[in-house]
Amino acid sequence: MEVPILKQGEFLIATIQAALSDADLEHLRMALVQRVVRYRSRAVIVDVTAMDVMDSFASRTLREIALMIRLRGAETVIVGIQPEVAFAMVQLGLTLEGVGTALDLEEGLAYLNQKFKNVN
Amino acid sequence: MSAGEIRVPINSDQDIVLARQKGRSLAAEAGFSAVDSTLIATAISELARNIVSYAKKGEIILQTLRNSHRTGVSIVASDNGPGIPDIRLALRDGFSTSGSLGLGLPGVRRLVDEFQIVSSIGHGTVVKVTKWRPDHREN
Repeated sequence: MEVPILKQGEFLIATIQAALSDADLEHLRMALVQRVVRYRSRAVIVDVTAMDVMDSFASRTLREIALMIRLRGAETVIVGIQPEVAFAMVQLGLTLEGVGTALDLEEGLAYLNQKFKNVN
Repeated sequence: MSAGEIRVPINSDQDIVLARQKGRSLAAEAGFSAVDSTLIATAISELARNIVSYAKKGEIILQTLRNSHRTGVSIVASDNGPGIPDIRLALRDGFSTSGSLGLGLPGVRRLVDEFQIVSSIGHGTVVKVTKWRPDHREN
């Protein structure tokens, strides 16, 4: 299951559309990092609204994506973590420490637009 | 009395997704809330991942439990892998030998109501967990 990555100006938007296997998540990590380099993107939004479960592997991979992208000088915002998924993550002891989060795609874009408008 | 069991062979990371999806539907059918169904699916995901990471292959058996006063879902994850040398250590937060986060077993224990583990070096590991529906009334 390939995750579509949309280029929107200086941002990239990756929308996860179904439950992902470990291999799919690893593929997403590589694809995002490559595209951040290719397009000189300033930020990446990963929309996880459709993710059924955020277990230890998924949350570690998302954190790695954010760290790699930060090393390129860009920012990552995870949007759309469902309330029950968030509840399970906390019970399991998972955090997305150091990774930006926003309620949904709209809020994520608003946050990034605000942030990069102020910088320029 | 218990309904039929669902057996999911675990041989690859694809099977992790399949197992947790089956678990979620089973939990939803048994009347669990969306939150509890997600907790069950997450526990299955971690248990199946342990099988793939440590034993390469094994099996997850899912079953709805019903008796006169409550309904639950039981998950049995078994493999014929190397076994866990020190279960006490494996149940401690932050412990891992496969380079994962090491949250697997202690995390799963927090997600469920009952947790049992039997492991034998060179023979494998069986983890049995149960989650009961918080609402005790029969619908």
